[in-house]
Amino acid sequence: MYPSAFRYYRPATLVEASEILTELGEDAKALAGGQSLIPLMKLRLSAPSSLVDLNFIPGLAYIERRNGSLYLGAMARHTDIENSAEAAKIPILHDCAAGIADVQVRNRGTIGGSVAEADPSGDWGAVLLTLDSDVHAIGPGGSRTIPLADFFRDAYTTALVPGEMVKQISVMAPPKNHGGAFIAFKRCAPVYASASAAVGITLGEKDTCKDARIVLGCVGLMAIRAGEAEEALRGQKLTPKTIEAAAEAAMAAADPQPDMRGSAEYKRVLVRALVKRAIDIAARRARGEHVEAGHEYAGRI
Amino acid sequence: MREGFNRVPIHVRVNGKDYERTVEPRMLLVEFIREELDLTGTHIGCDTTYCGACTVLLNGAAVKSCTMFAFQAHEGEVTTVEGLAKGDQLHPAQKAFAENHGLQCGYCTPGFLMSTVQLLASHPHPTEKEIRKGIAGNTCRCTGYQNILKAIRAAAEATEDISAEFQGIR
Repeated sequence: MYPSAFRYYRPATLVEASEILTELGEDAKALAGGQSLIPLMKLRLSAPSSLVDLNFIPGLAYIERRNGSLYLGAMARHTDIENSAEAAKIPILHDCAAGIADVQVRNRGTIGGSVAEADPSGDWGAVLLTLDSDVHAIGPGGSRTIPLADFFRDAYTTALVPGEMVKQISVMAPPKNHGGAFIAFKRCAPVYASASAAVGITLGEKDTCKDARIVLGCVGLMAIRAGEAEEALRGQKLTPKTIEAAAEAAMAAADPQPDMRGSAEYKRVLVRALVKRAIDIAARRARGEHVEAGHEYAGRI
Repeated sequence: MREGFNRVPIHVRVNGKDYERTVEPRMLLVEFIREELDLTGTHIGCDTTYCGACTVLLNGAAVKSCTMFAFQAHEGEVTTVEGLAKGDQLHPAQKAFAENHGLQCGYCTPGFLMSTVQLLASHPHPTEKEIRKGIAGNTCRCTGYQNILKAIRAAAEATEDISAEFQGIR
C-alpha cells in the first residue's frame, strides 16, 4: 500500500537536519535506511507529515578505530559493518551485522536507525549492551554522549529529545581475554528473531570467568540484561554446571510475549538453549579460538 | 532544500540510461520503475519487505525496491532484470536459471536473478552456505529451491569465463 503523502526534506548536514526536525515538530521523522520506517508507513501505522532524509548527508557511514574505541557512523549500513575488517576485530559485531534480515535489507538498514528505532526485536541493542557502548547524539541542545544502557528507555522509546538524532555509536575495544557471541534464532531470514542471546565473557586466571555480560533480545520490551545469570558465572570456572545455572537464571529473567513466533514458554526454553551456546562460544573466543556464531534459521540454512 | 518538496526532481540512471523525473515523495522505487519507466520486469510480490520479487541493484547492491522511495535512488545507478541481457545474449545467471529449471511460474525470478548477480559479484566462488544466505531474502513458492540452488551453482561456474561485456553489470 502507498504511504500517506508527506513533505520531503533533503538536508546537507546533521545540524541542518536537526534544525528542520526541531522546526517541524514531532510529526516529522528522520529517514535513515528506512527498512523499518517504510514498511510501517506502507501499513499506515506511521504517517509522518514530513521526512527528513539523512541519506544525502556525506560522511556518516564511517567505521573506524580511534583511541581504543570503534566508531560507527549512524549511517553505516549493516553490510558495511559485516564487511568491515575493523568491526570484525570485535566478532560479536560481525555475528550481528552479517545476519540481520537478508542481504537486501542489510544493504539499506543502518546501525543508527536501528538503535534510534529501539524495536524490542532489534538485534543491535542486545549486542551493544554486552560491550561498553555510547550513543553520540546531536540535536537542538548541541552534542552529547549517552551510555547505551541509559539510551534505551522502553519499547520504541529512547533518551533522544525531539529534533535529536544519533550521530555515531562508539564501542570500547574489549581486552584480549574477552570474547563475545551473539546467537539469534529466526524462523527464516527476513523476519525478526524469535529470541536472541548476546554474551560477553572476560576470562581471568586459571580459566575462571572474571566478568560476564548476558543480554537477551526479543523477549521483553527492551533488551534485558540478565544480572543473575551474569552473577552465576562471575568468579566461577565455566563448567557445564555453572553454564547451566546461568542459562536457568537467564530463562527466569526473560519476559516474552506469546505471538506468531512462539508461546512464552517456548521462547523461555529457547533463551536457555541460546544462552548456553553463546556462553560456550564467547568463552572459546576469549581463549583465542575462531568459532562461528550469528543468526540461525529454522528452515533453509 | 530548507523548504522541502511536495514533488521531488530526481535523476536516476537505470540500465545505463539517464532519466529525469519529478515524483511525489511517497512514490516507491518499484512503482517508479514499473509505472514511470514502464520496466515491468521488476515484480511486486508481497509488498511487505519479505519476498524479494522486487529486488533490483542500486549502485551494485541488491535492494528491495518496494522498501525504498524513488527519491532515494537520486543520482544513483539502478539495474533491473531488463538490464541483464545484452541483446539476444542472456546474462549467465539468466541462462543458468533457464537451463536448470530454476523457475516454474517465474514470478519471483527477476528478484532471484538480481540477488544472484549481486552474490556472484561479491562471492565469485560461493560456498553452499553463501549461496543460501545470498538468496535468503527471496521467496519462491513453486520450486522448492533445489533447482534455483543448482542454477546458481551453474551460474557461478559459468561466470568464471564470463564475457567482458557482462563484467560491468553490477
